[in-house]
Amino acid sequence: MFNEIFSSIRDTAGLLKANTLLLLLTLSLFAAGAYAAESLPVASSMPWWGWSLALFITCFFLGIVAVPSGVGGGVLFVPIVGGFFPFHLDFVRGAGLLVALASALAAGPSLLRGGLANLRLALPLAVLASASSIAGAMVGLAIPANIVQIALGVTILGIVALMATAKKSEFPEVAAADKLSSALAMNGIFHDAAQSKNIPWHVHRTKLGLTLFVGIGFLAGLFGMGAGWANVPVLNLLMGAPLKVSAGTSSFILTLVDSSAAWIYLNKGAVLTIIAVPSVIGMMLGAFIGARLLHVLKASVVRKMVISLLLFAGLRALLKGLGIWL
Amino acid sequence: MAMNTSKNDSLISEEQQRYATWLSRGANSGLIILAVSFMAYVFGWLPARIPLDQLPKVWSLSTHEYIHQTGAPTGWHWLTMIEQGDFAGLLGIAWLSGCSLLCLLVIMPIYFKRKDWVFMLICIVALLVQLLAASGILTVGH
Repeated sequence: MFNEIFSSIRDTAGLLKANTLLLLLTLSLFAAGAYAAESLPVASSMPWWGWSLALFITCFFLGIVAVPSGVGGGVLFVPIVGGFFPFHLDFVRGAGLLVALASALAAGPSLLRGGLANLRLALPLAVLASASSIAGAMVGLAIPANIVQIALGVTILGIVALMATAKKSEFPEVAAADKLSSALAMNGIFHDAAQSKNIPWHVHRTKLGLTLFVGIGFLAGLFGMGAGWANVPVLNLLMGAPLKVSAGTSSFILTLVDSSAAWIYLNKGAVLTIIAVPSVIGMMLGAFIGARLLHVLKASVVRKMVISLLLFAGLRALLKGLGIWL
Repeated sequence: MAMNTSKNDSLISEEQQRYATWLSRGANSGLIILAVSFMAYVFGWLPARIPLDQLPKVWSLSTHEYIHQTGAPTGWHWLTMIEQGDFAGLLGIAWLSGCSLLCLLVIMPIYFKRKDWVFMLICIVALLVQLLAASGILTVGH
């Protein structure tokens, strides 16, 4: 009895602590963003290591909130760092792709081994998205930065709307697999540990899914963001893959899509190690902590905070692109 | 009844297991290379082409202007400057970007043996797309 009460108090205290920490963290990000925005453009007296450290700390916090909110680090990284740090958007997008790629590579092996990512489902979609991400990266590096900023702002605001309204389906009903997915054997069985049972699944609307992945790949290359925010709804709600398989397969797809776009940025000279490496390391350490805080953080609260952050960053990108808030 | 690991493993195809093994090797080694080369760069173990304290003057430039002002290489030319800290760091990045190539290569014999020609073709196309992106042929400017 007493044990239960103590345990309950401990859990509540842990939850409060974690959520207070998260609130402080979010406020710090807003404040840091506003400060950095005020100190722009460029004529900052902060030394290189100050910016690198600020980048590392920002990415560490972004990594913490990225995991429980269910969004990839890349989608948070590009608008926030692009909006509030003095780096040119070309370098931010190059680093954003590497952040998303490194996170996806780190998670990929265990997702594949655990059956949460499915190679047969992923490969056909990834091939098309990889090819279009190359085109996206080339277009992104060819058009003026303010146009990319405006398009980024609009896209981020669209993602905010998608995140706020999109539904998820744990196990979508797929009456029958379509011809194409049957021919490609895009199906499988995954073991759901929560229910302790094997769940067979198959997909439908494959042609439309393939078409949408062409667009998703293009956006990933154009903005240097991972595209989990778009992959998961297409796999889950449109094609009918179970939610966990959709999330795992989406992450695995990014290992191929982001790497092809990353090559374009690298070859074009749009990757600065001083920006990319602290971002990758910060984000991965943060994601490591975030994964361990999953049981104490309330996912819905984190999600709302991330939506607010994205809304702020999306507006900032849009206004910066329009020359209203430089 | 809860499933044990071996039963769970049996749900995962041979090619998926192999892909995971090689992806893990590639990602881990890439992250180590990235971290070590970055330390060599920022701690001055390797000389930097652009001094670190000069970076704030150029990192706000567009790629085009940055290359114009600093003479930084494009394509694979950074490999010829690998002894400089700025470019040594790109080795880890290139490794991470390229490790999927190896994964695709190692699963192709499985598809070949199984006569799964469709997935064999998908792997070949995926490889070609990655190679095209990596080749540096596709260069554009502002």
